[in-house]
Amino acid sequence: MTWMQYLAPLLKGAQITVIISLASIVLGTILAFAAGIARTSSNPIVSGIAFVYIVLFRGTPLLVQLFWFYYALPLIGISFNPITTGIMTLSLLTGAFGAEVVRGALLAVPVSQYEAARALNFSKTYTLWHIFMPQAVVEMMPAFGNLAVQNLKDTALVSLISIADLTFQAQSLRNITLDSATVYTLTLVGYFIIALGLMLIVRLIEMKLRRGAAFSRSAHS
Amino acid sequence: MMYGYEWDTSSTLAFATSILPILGIGLLVTLQAAAVGYAIALVFGLVLALLRRSRIRAISWTVACFTEFVRDTPLLVQLFFLYYVLPDFGIVLPAFMTGALALGLQYSAYTSEVYRGGIDAIQRGQWEAATALNLSRFQTYRDIVIPQMIPRIVPSLGNYLVSMLKETPVLSVVTVLDMLGLANMIGERTFDYLVPLSMVGLIFLPMTLICSALIHLVERALPKSGIPLR
Amino acid sequence: MTSIIRFQNVTKRFGALTVLDNFNFEVQQGEKVTLIGPSGSGKSTVLRILMTLEPFQEGKLELAGLSYHEPNGRGTFKASEKHLHKIRSNVGMVFQSFNLFPHMTVMRNIVEAPIAVLNMKRDEAETRATELLRMVGLLDKKDHYPSQLSGGQQQRVAIARALAMRPRVLLFDEPTSALDPQLVGEVLGVIRDLAREHDLTMLLVTHEMRFAREVSDRVCFFDKGRIVEQGEPEKFFTNPEQPRTREFLSSILNT
Repeated sequence: MTWMQYLAPLLKGAQITVIISLASIVLGTILAFAAGIARTSSNPIVSGIAFVYIVLFRGTPLLVQLFWFYYALPLIGISFNPITTGIMTLSLLTGAFGAEVVRGALLAVPVSQYEAARALNFSKTYTLWHIFMPQAVVEMMPAFGNLAVQNLKDTALVSLISIADLTFQAQSLRNITLDSATVYTLTLVGYFIIALGLMLIVRLIEMKLRRGAAFSRSAHS
Repeated sequence: MMYGYEWDTSSTLAFATSILPILGIGLLVTLQAAAVGYAIALVFGLVLALLRRSRIRAISWTVACFTEFVRDTPLLVQLFFLYYVLPDFGIVLPAFMTGALALGLQYSAYTSEVYRGGIDAIQRGQWEAATALNLSRFQTYRDIVIPQMIPRIVPSLGNYLVSMLKETPVLSVVTVLDMLGLANMIGERTFDYLVPLSMVGLIFLPMTLICSALIHLVERALPKSGIPLR
Repeated sequence: MTSIIRFQNVTKRFGALTVLDNFNFEVQQGEKVTLIGPSGSGKSTVLRILMTLEPFQEGKLELAGLSYHEPNGRGTFKASEKHLHKIRSNVGMVFQSFNLFPHMTVMRNIVEAPIAVLNMKRDEAETRATELLRMVGLLDKKDHYPSQLSGGQQQRVAIARALAMRPRVLLFDEPTSALDPQLVGEVLGVIRDLAREHDLTMLLVTHEMRFAREVSDRVCFFDKGRIVEQGEPEKFFTNPEQPRTREFLSSILNT
C-alpha cells in the first residue's frame, strides 16, 4: 500500500468527522445561546439551572463525559447509538463553553443601550433580540471560531466509542500497515485542513455580520 | 481486586467508597502527568515564543506554522503519532512519558501565544527607555520586560493548566493507568461503569473548580504594575 | 393649568447616599423647565426616575395622572412592568451620550420603536421619520450608521428618535455635555425650535446657562437633593435670592 491508497479510507473517516463536528457546533451554538441567555435571567431558577449545566460540563473532562454517556448511562436504561452519543456529548460541551461567551458578550453591551431601549418602551424580549443580540453576536464571533476548532479537535475522541471517524480510520490503517509515520502525518494534515476550512467559514460569517452592520464599538462609548 | 484493594459491590455507596483508594492512585498519575506536561509546555512554549521573534525569517515562519499546526490538530492523534512513530526512530519511552510529552507539546503551542502576547503588550516606549539607559538585551528582558509580563500572562497560563488537567484522561488510551484508565478497568471487571465513571467526574469537578478559583485569586493578588525579579 | 408631573416628598437613596431628600416638585403641562446645579445634586436623578430607569424609596410621584407606585406593586419599582410601560408611553428621553443603536441606520433608529411598540405601519413610521429628520436637518443622513455621524448629528437623530414616540414629556439629560464645543450650537438650535411647541412639556438638565435663560419658563437650582431656588429665568439669573445660588452662578459664569 502506498500513501495514495491510504487516502480513500481517511477521506471516508474525514467525512464522518466533518459531519459530527458541524452537527455538534450547530447544536452546541443553540445550547450556548439558550444557556447564556438563561444565565443573564433575573429568575434564579432559570439562571441556576444554566449555571449547574455550565459548571458540570466545563469542569469535567470530555472523555469522562463521553464514556459516561456511552458506558454508564445504558446501565440505567438510557442508551443511544454511538453517533448520537458523540454528537450529544460534544454539543453539550461546546454549549457549556459557548454559554460563557454569549453571556460575556451580552454583559459587554453598554448599559446605556438598555436605558435607551427602556426609554423607547421596548419589551424585554425585544430589547434582547433586536438591540442586544445584534451587537453582541459580532463580538462573539472570534471566541466561537476558537470553540469551533476546539470542537473539531475534540471529535477525535469519538473514535474511542467505535465511531469510524478520521482518527478511527487512521488507527485501523496503522494496525494493517504498521506505517505509523505516514498514516498519522496524513491524519494530522487532514485535521489541519478541516480546521482551516472551519476558520474560513467563521471568518466569512463574521465579515457578513460586520458588513450588515457597519458600526464600531467606539461609536457609542 | 486492584493494587490490593477489594471492591464491595453490595451497594452503590459501598462500591463507591471501596474503589476510592484505587482511584486515588490513578489521581496521582493524573496529577503527575499534568505536572510533567505543564513543565514541558512552559519551557518549550517559551522557546517557541522566542524563536518566533527571531530576525531570521525562515525560523520565525517555520515556528509560526508549526505552532498553528499543533494548535489546530487533535491531542489524541498527536499522542498516537508520538506513541507509534517515536519507537520507529529508536526512541522508546514509557507510555506515561509519551503521554506527558504529547500534552506538553500541544500546550506549548498555546503557551507560546501567551508569551508572545505578553511580550507584544509591553509598550514600545519601555524598549526605547531601556535602550536609552544602555541596558543590555539580557538586562532589558530580566529587569524590564519579564517583570511587566508576569501579571499579564499568569492568568492565561493558569487557565491552560486547568484545561490540560482535564485532557489528561486521554492518556488512558495509550495504556496509562490514570484515574480514567483505572475506572474503565474497574468497569470492565464489575460490569458497572456508572459508579467508577461518575466518581472520576466527581473528583475532577472540585479539582478544576478549586484550580480556577486559585488562579482568580492569584490574578487579583498580582500587582498590575509588574513584579521585579530582583 | 394642570400639573403633568408631581413629586411629593420623594426620597431616593443609593445605598447610604441620599440623592433626593423629601423632594417636592411640580411641572405644568407644556412648561419648559431647566434644572441646574452642581454634579451629584440630584438633577439627573429626577429625569431618570421619571423615565423609570431608577426606582425611588419613599414618597409619591405622578405623571399624567399615573402614579409610579401601584397599590399592590412589587419589585424594585413597586409597579408591574405593564404599568411602567403605560407611564413610559408618555415620556421620552434624550441622553448625554446619545445612546443610538449602533447596528441600525439613522432611519431604523427612528422607526424601530414606533413599529415595534406602537404597532405603527412601516410606511407611516417612515413618513413621520422623514418629517422629523427634515426638522433636525439630517434627512440626507437617513441611511448612515451612527458611527458615520458627528456627535452633534447623533444627538439630533436621538432627539428625532425620542419625538417619533410622540411623548407628552421630553427629558433632556445634559444633551450637549458630551459634544465638542463647535457642535453644541446645532443641537441647542433643535431644542430651541422644539421649545416653541406649545403642548410639549420639557425638562432640561444643562450647564448652558445662556440657553437655559433663553428657552425656559422656569429655572430650578438643585443642591444636595433639594431645589434651593427656582423662578423665572430673567429674575433667577439677574437677581438670585439665595447665597448658594449666587455662588454657583458666579462659579459657572466665570469659567
